[in-house]
Amino acid sequence: MTDTELRVSKIQNGTVIDHVTAGEALHVLGLLGIDGTEGTTMSLGMNVPSDRLGRKDVVKVEGRELSDSEAEVLSLIAPEATINIIRDYEVVDKRRVERPEEVGGVLVCPNRECITNAGEPVETTFAVLEDGLRCEYCGEIVREDITAHLRD
Amino acid sequence: MRHDHLLTAKQLSRADIETVLDRAAAFDDDPTAAGERHADELLALCFFEPSTRTKMSFETAAKRLGGDVVDMGSVESSSVKKGESLADTVRVVEGYADGVVLRHPKQGAAKMASEHVDVPVVNAGDGAGHHPSQTLLDLYTIREHAGLDDISIGIMGDLKYGRTVHSLAHALTNFDVRQHFVSPESLRLPRSVRYDLHEAGAQVREHEDLDAVLPNLDVLYVTRIQRERFPDEDEYEEVAGEYSITPETLDAAKDDLAVMHPLPRVDEIAAAVDETDNATYFEQAHNGVPVRMALLDLLLDDD
Ligand SMILES: [Zn+2]
Repeated sequence: MTDTELRVSKIQNGTVIDHVTAGEALHVLGLLGIDGTEGTTMSLGMNVPSDRLGRKDVVKVEGRELSDSEAEVLSLIAPEATINIIRDYEVVDKRRVERPEEVGGVLVCPNRECITNAGEPVETTFAVLEDGLRCEYCGEIVREDITAHLRD
Repeated sequence: MRHDHLLTAKQLSRADIETVLDRAAAFDDDPTAAGERHADELLALCFFEPSTRTKMSFETAAKRLGGDVVDMGSVESSSVKKGESLADTVRVVEGYADGVVLRHPKQGAAKMASEHVDVPVVNAGDGAGHHPSQTLLDLYTIREHAGLDDISIGIMGDLKYGRTVHSLAHALTNFDVRQHFVSPESLRLPRSVRYDLHEAGAQVREHEDLDAVLPNLDVLYVTRIQRERFPDEDEYEEVAGEYSITPETLDAAKDDLAVMHPLPRVDEIAAAVDETDNATYFEQAHNGVPVRMALLDLLLDDD
């Protein structure tokens, strides 16, 4: 990205998620619960040329910082992503996502017979497998389209 | 056995399994060996869906160890009916008893319950999930009849929904056992179970036809195919007939084949099979008591 482009979409406080796997930006918005109706200022770059990835997506969101569990799920959608936390136009924190051993909270188990869908006081926990996720309670495996299982 | 709870058969190593089975064998040989090992200890029976047989088996085991049980009773008469969460229920019950035996329709219920209490939780069935004490009594029965190494076992019937099958198959991966899964296409093992077995390095083969494998089997484990799995009666009748056992079916089998079934059976094993030396299912059911005694003995041990 050139300086000009950066300036156009510079944000004051929020998060810049860079090096998102090309084509995954909309899923990242889904993960953040952003569909445009809530009035959040954001900008998207899709299929932007990248030295590291060839092509990448970039997501910039005003007024929003990623929680740890959101960052964990992000790592599954976009394993190369970097998260830049912006405060007062400055990058105050920059980190690569790390693939966790398990992810908690953000996802819903697709198995309706799972105890995590029974109104009990329990957070979902998924073990991260090589090619998917597995519910630690009922054993259900989620392989494709993780973002379809995000909590509302 | 170093576990606080028994939630799934998957958590058990070969050494764990052998510890339970050895102790069960000791109780089986000499019922008085149990003595008053757990006098004054109380086991809470929380059955959120009916299963008289499993409940009686745990109750008998607790009493043979010198202990006693407190029974939550049926869900209809309890506070669950008023909308109390399972988490709250087990936290209350924990105050009454030294251990909780839980049966619940939701998968993962026992795991969640165990996260809310300090006493041991035994999973006595969580929906389509796990039923590890059944698995242990199955293993005990297999060991008594065929040993647990270098054997071939056929597991037949409803492999998709049958939780006993899933737990047993997983537990068998600890041993040198060739597993043959026999079912109609529509009731094959679910993906998650096949994944596990594959991960565990199991020797798994799937068949639609029993004939091809029967002569090689040391054990044939039959499960019920339920009517409600099929859209119409005719289709059910046809499939159920194909996966049922008669004395004639057994002509092709080894003489010492052990035919097992978690019971209750309907017509997947003809009554005439009961008279053959192959019928092992009633003995299997009886084995539930020494195995559950061993299990409770190990879990309730304070040291
Ligand atoms: Zn689940």
